Amino acid sequence: MSNVVTVENLTKKYGDLTAVSGVSFEVKEAECFGILGPNGAGKTSTIRIIQCFYPKTSGKVEVAGLSVDEHPERIKQILGVSPQEANLDPEFTVLENLLVYSRYFDIPEELGRRKASELLEFLQLHDKKDTVVEKLSGGMKRRLLLARALVNDPRILILDEPTIGLDPQARHLIWDKLRDLRRQGVTVVLTTHYMEEAEQLCDRLVIMDNGKIIAGGSPKGLIKEYAGENVIETRTSPEVHLCLEEKKDRLSYDTVGETTYVFSENPREALAELLEVCQIEKTTVRRSTLEDVFLKLTGRELRE
Amino acid sequence: MNLFSPPRVGRRAWKVWMRNRDVFMKTYQTNFIPPIVEPILYLFALGFGLGIFIQEIDGMPYVQFIAPALLAIATMNTSFFECTYGSYIRMYYQKTFDAIIATPVSLEEVIAGELLWGSTKSTIHAGIMLVIIMAFGLVKVPMALLVLPFSFLAGFLFSTIAMCFTAITVNIDSLNYPIYLFITPMFLFSGTFFPFSALPVQMQYFAKVLLPLVHVVTVTRGFATGQFDLGIILSLLWILAVSAILYVLSVNLMKKRLII
Repeated sequence: MSNVVTVENLTKKYGDLTAVSGVSFEVKEAECFGILGPNGAGKTSTIRIIQCFYPKTSGKVEVAGLSVDEHPERIKQILGVSPQEANLDPEFTVLENLLVYSRYFDIPEELGRRKASELLEFLQLHDKKDTVVEKLSGGMKRRLLLARALVNDPRILILDEPTIGLDPQARHLIWDKLRDLRRQGVTVVLTTHYMEEAEQLCDRLVIMDNGKIIAGGSPKGLIKEYAGENVIETRTSPEVHLCLEEKKDRLSYDTVGETTYVFSENPREALAELLEVCQIEKTTVRRSTLEDVFLKLTGRELRE
Repeated sequence: MNLFSPPRVGRRAWKVWMRNRDVFMKTYQTNFIPPIVEPILYLFALGFGLGIFIQEIDGMPYVQFIAPALLAIATMNTSFFECTYGSYIRMYYQKTFDAIIATPVSLEEVIAGELLWGSTKSTIHAGIMLVIIMAFGLVKVPMALLVLPFSFLAGFLFSTIAMCFTAITVNIDSLNYPIYLFITPMFLFSGTFFPFSALPVQMQYFAKVLLPLVHVVTVTRGFATGQFDLGIILSLLWILAVSAILYVLSVNLMKKRLII
């Protein structure tokens, strides 16, 4: 499989601030690639350089073998972009939004209409085609953004927080549609704060923090590597901490307020040990998730 | 970045123009009427009302003197507001520019499209005004019809000035500064409601060098009254030269603001 996006040693500075610092990764044809990280990690900067919005400070970025510095127009012709902030035309109806957008790609009107009607069907917006955008719900606006990103039959779909602020129903609908697109061979690059979303959709992902990539791999691989298969959750108390400190060579743990998370290669044994030796009550074992990995790697303090 | 490097603008700028035209066509019932009503009120209040007490100026009745100025003012206000408040809202609040530059359209083309749209809107408003003024027999036809193509050029000039302010403004409220400190004085002192020659001589030089509306009024009045002289040609040259410079500057200032 060939690389559709290649990023090598990418650095982006805004004045004195280094937003992206020596980042490298590649996205392969027809995969779903995730970029995760806390606020201010450099995700959106990275994505905006790939979509030829901002110039990079240094490094190499190629999309479909084309350099972002030299061929922004040709690159943008094969990209579909769904931005974090909904920037639909509020005065236009759903259908008009798609038609006006396809004009920017020089799509002939007849073809644009056919494609728009296909996309409205695909994203279940057909009943709303004559509704003015201002009157749409958040979920519908997100779906319309996705439809708009598809008017030019993009080879690569770039999604910045595609389901931000949506209820679970609306979110699942978008996930289903993204899976459909994947099956059709569209390459997807997405950023998200929702770990479940990344786990559900991404073949591979990188976690960024402070402008650098701190981990990368498949969601399963990352969970296995950083959190183990299961996590033990228990109530935080001084006794528990004391007890856990003694077993530090075999167990790692992490405390957030009332809850202490214990990671272990062998959770069954660890649990038994905790129950007997540390006399811990109210303990549960659950499967590790990407969220455990994320919090373990990026820390738990608030980022703003 | 060099603020005077020539922008690379292709035919896609018209797609941006078309987008704004389509919005205009959808919302003209609400957006269209007010800017037309205002100059008509001036025509009645100042021209026919106040004008009764004023003797002829340059051999014409007062209402005939101010009619071309009102055309020029409509041209100025329309494109200036379009490319300040209108463009700022599209850029900052609606993120329309972001949406468009995610397509093969470049930011340069977006700005050029905005400027062309501002000019077009000026032409539309000036055109409607012209019909009304013609109905009162206040201009010389057919020479006065030249006002129409000219209002596109003058509209372009004010669009580029407006876009420079939009590119450097801190927020939408700061756009009040150019409106009250630049547009309003121009509206009053550009040979609009009293002859330019009534200004002190030093003021006249200052105004001729720096105030675009002075030149726009000169040309419009020349066309409207059918008097063509060297002054009109000089004013046209001034408008062409300043438009060209500010076009380049406004596009580059916008790039500087948005491409970081």
